[in-house]
Amino acid sequence: MSMADQPFEPKIVAFVCNWCTYLGADLAGTNRLEYPANVRIIRLPCTGWIDFNLIIKAFETGADAVLVSGCHPGDCHYTAGNYHARRRWMFFRPLLDTLGIDLNRIHFAWISAAEGRKFQQTVTEITEATRRLGPYMNYRKIVEASA
Amino acid sequence: MIEQLRQTCRRLLEDGRVQVVIGYGQSVPGRPAIPVFIRRPEDADLLVWNDRCFTNLTAYLKRPEVRALGRPAVVVKGCDERAVVVLEKESQLIPEDVHMIGMVCAGMDDPPAAKCAACDAHVPRHADEVIGEAPNPAPEPPGPAQRYAELAAFMELPQAERMAYWMGELARCVKCYACRQVCPLCYCERCIVAKNRPTVIDTSATLAGNFAWAITRAFHLAGRCAGCDECTRACPAGIDLRLLNQSLARVAEESFGYRAGTDPQAEPVIGAYALLDQESFIR
Repeated sequence: MSMADQPFEPKIVAFVCNWCTYLGADLAGTNRLEYPANVRIIRLPCTGWIDFNLIIKAFETGADAVLVSGCHPGDCHYTAGNYHARRRWMFFRPLLDTLGIDLNRIHFAWISAAEGRKFQQTVTEITEATRRLGPYMNYRKIVEASA
Repeated sequence: MIEQLRQTCRRLLEDGRVQVVIGYGQSVPGRPAIPVFIRRPEDADLLVWNDRCFTNLTAYLKRPEVRALGRPAVVVKGCDERAVVVLEKESQLIPEDVHMIGMVCAGMDDPPAAKCAACDAHVPRHADEVIGEAPNPAPEPPGPAQRYAELAAFMELPQAERMAYWMGELARCVKCYACRQVCPLCYCERCIVAKNRPTVIDTSATLAGNFAWAITRAFHLAGRCAGCDECTRACPAGIDLRLLNQSLARVAEESFGYRAGTDPQAEPVIGAYALLDQESFIR
């Protein structure tokens, strides 16, 4: 079977914070909650640390969707990192929208260390939604033009 | 107005209140006025004021070689001075560091440049002194609808067409970084594109690298951009960076009632947060 015949499996990059969502993902694992293997988890100290360039970099390197997830408001290990992040994303999404980047491929979530189930559900939903959207051809065109 | 400007320049230099006046000088007719740095009172006659004074001279305030000249006075329009207000908010300047000579401005170019059509600062509000007569009666100040008219029209396009537009535009970018150099608010001593461990943004002028640069440049000015449009004017490829700046300015205005550089008392929107920030996109 050639590559072209295989069903499309989206690549999803999840940037998660060390203190909440990473532990939520860990809990999903220890509870044997099955979630799609399409997600690549990248652990960072805090959502406030997550540089917007990482999201762009993910698309440049072939991601079809990105998830950014951290502690619920009020739960940040560093008190306010997630508040800063939230405000930044409020600006970031309209900028990407102006550039014509597909906001249906960039997801944000608050997932705590106790929410293994929510992690499972979120990742499953994103994977299914991205599978329906298909590969992110527009960004791949940009990358191919750059080769 | 020119004579009054020259007199002011002479007076400031003679009194020793400033060591240099950054103003506009005559270039070839029809071309943008060139920046001049007046250090002797007798040179004040080099200053001009006309409808070609596009340059935002406050961009020179960040340059070490300009700072080395001593305390500056800078000729500003109502749009330019917003950058100085932001610089003060960001602790890059203290008000005593610079003397602002505000010029009442009816709009640059004929017909007026895009930003001038929606201008609500014909008379500088924060300058140390203002030269010129305020228009009487004062024109109706334009509202947000006029400020973001071009952006709103652009956003009518479907998403795929917006992407196609930027792919075409940014393909022409040669990464000369003129947009950064003319920006009074791009003052990092070491720009992120100059950092290569790791390389965050592809430094060659590839389409992917150009997208990353356009996003980075605009986003580093989120909630800070004073809207002088110098980046767009300086771009040798004629890329309309104004649209990107406007999309961020619109968020600041619509979500936070904030317009960078208009109110020295207002709390900046980036680097700050509110517990009750309203969003609908987080699961």
